[in-house]
Amino acid sequence: MATASLPARIPISTSPGLWTPAYSLWRRELVRFYRQKARVVGVIASPLLFWLVLGSGFAKSFQTHGPSSAVSSHYAGYFFPGAIMMIVLFTAIFSMMSLIQDRNEGFLLSVLAAPISRSAIVLGKVMGGATLAAIQGWIFLVFAPLAGVHVGLLGILYSMLMIALASFALTALGFIIAWPMDSTQAFHAVINLVLIPLWLLSGSVFPASGASGWLRIVMLLNPLTYGVDALRNGLFPLETTTFSPEINLVVTLGFCAVVFVGSWAVVNRRTNKPAA
Amino acid sequence: MATGQQTLQQTAQSSHMSAGNSASSGQAPIELDRLTHDYGSRLALDGLSFDVRPAQIFGLLGPNGSGKTTLFRILSTLMVPTSGHARIAGFDVAKEPNRVRQQTGIVFQASSLDVKLTVAENLMHQGHLYGLRGPQLQARAKEVLARVGLTNRAKDMVETLSGGQKRRVELAKGLIHSPSVLLLDEPSTGLDPGARIDLWNYLRILRDDQGVTVLVTTHLMEEAEHCDRLAILSAGKLVALGSPAELKAEIGGDVVQFETCGPEAAAALGARIAERFAVAPSVVGNAVRVEREHGHRFLTEVVEAFPGAIESVSVSKPSLEDVFIQRTGHRFWLEKNEEKS
Repeated sequence: MATASLPARIPISTSPGLWTPAYSLWRRELVRFYRQKARVVGVIASPLLFWLVLGSGFAKSFQTHGPSSAVSSHYAGYFFPGAIMMIVLFTAIFSMMSLIQDRNEGFLLSVLAAPISRSAIVLGKVMGGATLAAIQGWIFLVFAPLAGVHVGLLGILYSMLMIALASFALTALGFIIAWPMDSTQAFHAVINLVLIPLWLLSGSVFPASGASGWLRIVMLLNPLTYGVDALRNGLFPLETTTFSPEINLVVTLGFCAVVFVGSWAVVNRRTNKPAA
Repeated sequence: MATGQQTLQQTAQSSHMSAGNSASSGQAPIELDRLTHDYGSRLALDGLSFDVRPAQIFGLLGPNGSGKTTLFRILSTLMVPTSGHARIAGFDVAKEPNRVRQQTGIVFQASSLDVKLTVAENLMHQGHLYGLRGPQLQARAKEVLARVGLTNRAKDMVETLSGGQKRRVELAKGLIHSPSVLLLDEPSTGLDPGARIDLWNYLRILRDDQGVTVLVTTHLMEEAEHCDRLAILSAGKLVALGSPAELKAEIGGDVVQFETCGPEAAAALGARIAERFAVAPSVVGNAVRVEREHGHRFLTEVVEAFPGAIESVSVSKPSLEDVFIQRTGHRFWLEKNEEKS
């Protein structure tokens, strides 16, 4: 037999460490995504469509109501960072739906039974989803000139960084939600109930300054608000935004840290119940 | 049966002793020591103690709900037992799961393949999870694929494979890190007869050429017949342990079965047979079973003694099913007695 060269009954498995399994899981996310063409098209096309339709549809009504705000002179421009956040949100969250699929299809079982730390699973899955979301967000920056954005290299780099951070945070959030779930229907319910409002109340569609009372407070508590505001910092450097770029960066970094620790915690929770 | 109980206790004791010096070489590849697990109020495993011997195909036979899936989950380190110990290659599954995982290859009942990846990609991924990489992993992936006869499908998407081929990829996946122990959960599920025969041939090659210890769970009697040794589980308890031949030999003689028109008639007939012939029949549904030397002669005596009470009769050599019925039937009878007293 060809196997004679290998010593019998001595496993060749060594401790895989953190990075090899995490890299493998990360790479799998990417390969899977780009093999499913419909996912690629959907995730680019739907925010583009949304941006064009909403942007041009709202443009008139926004200009007739009240004085034109300092944030942006026309709505398509105002809505552009929100559209980027939407593409990031969708890609990040939907990529974590794969976690539920992995669980149901049995793939996750073989990962959980491997001699790897659970942290490698979080790292691989979250970095995988975050990479996809960030790439989609970056691609969308190409449309920036159409939105009337004319920005220097620094603005673009800052925006790219913020897209990457938001991608990471939202993927980790998706991970926390998806990990204990066993049905994609329940996941959809959470998306509609929590994540869409999170996006709507992030200053993506209307500014916090225009909101009143409790809505304004909710928007200020929403970590996504700072990400969207940061994109405004990067893309419209001349306009005054609600918060300074520094505050936006710090809050977004804090958001990343909290959700990453959260996803690490849900994965490492000890339980006597079946792991998958 | 009393002799059966004694054998069980002896084996349990010897497993305790070997568990005590598990640090020394020559320990059993899989050892269970009073392994118990409950899901809240429901007891799934009730103090299981036995050893699996090296380079054998060991069967875990039991009906659904007998606890074999729970045991499989504990052995594959996906669940921590409530009490007792299980060791694989001397490592406690609860305390040193990663050492156990490095020693163990697992083939789950449900597919664990990523159908959107190619066969080779699935194997590479699995190798990465076990710390293999680079040329070593490439070589290893080629080798296990060759062993399961799928070299020419390496670049195909898993979703294009047949059920039998997928199961072979699962097997290749479980073997990628050259484990000393291979665990398979109901491996024949969804396989056609030809693919089943192939699978068992692969398992025998692994056992004979590589010295791999194989543990297979099954609810199929005919599959259990292929095993070198068997543990029969019922309601979380070990009811029989031994080679299929040993277990069947314990029954002795023939199995004579009398079919009646209903459970009550069967119970009545059972009682009358017990009284008249001084035997211990077991009543299973509509049927009364008796293990007996010279079954054909006993059969005619019974039919003549109770005309009209019997619808049909059969005499057969004992099967594993008879072993199971004998052991569990005995247990039920004991429980009823305990309730009365």
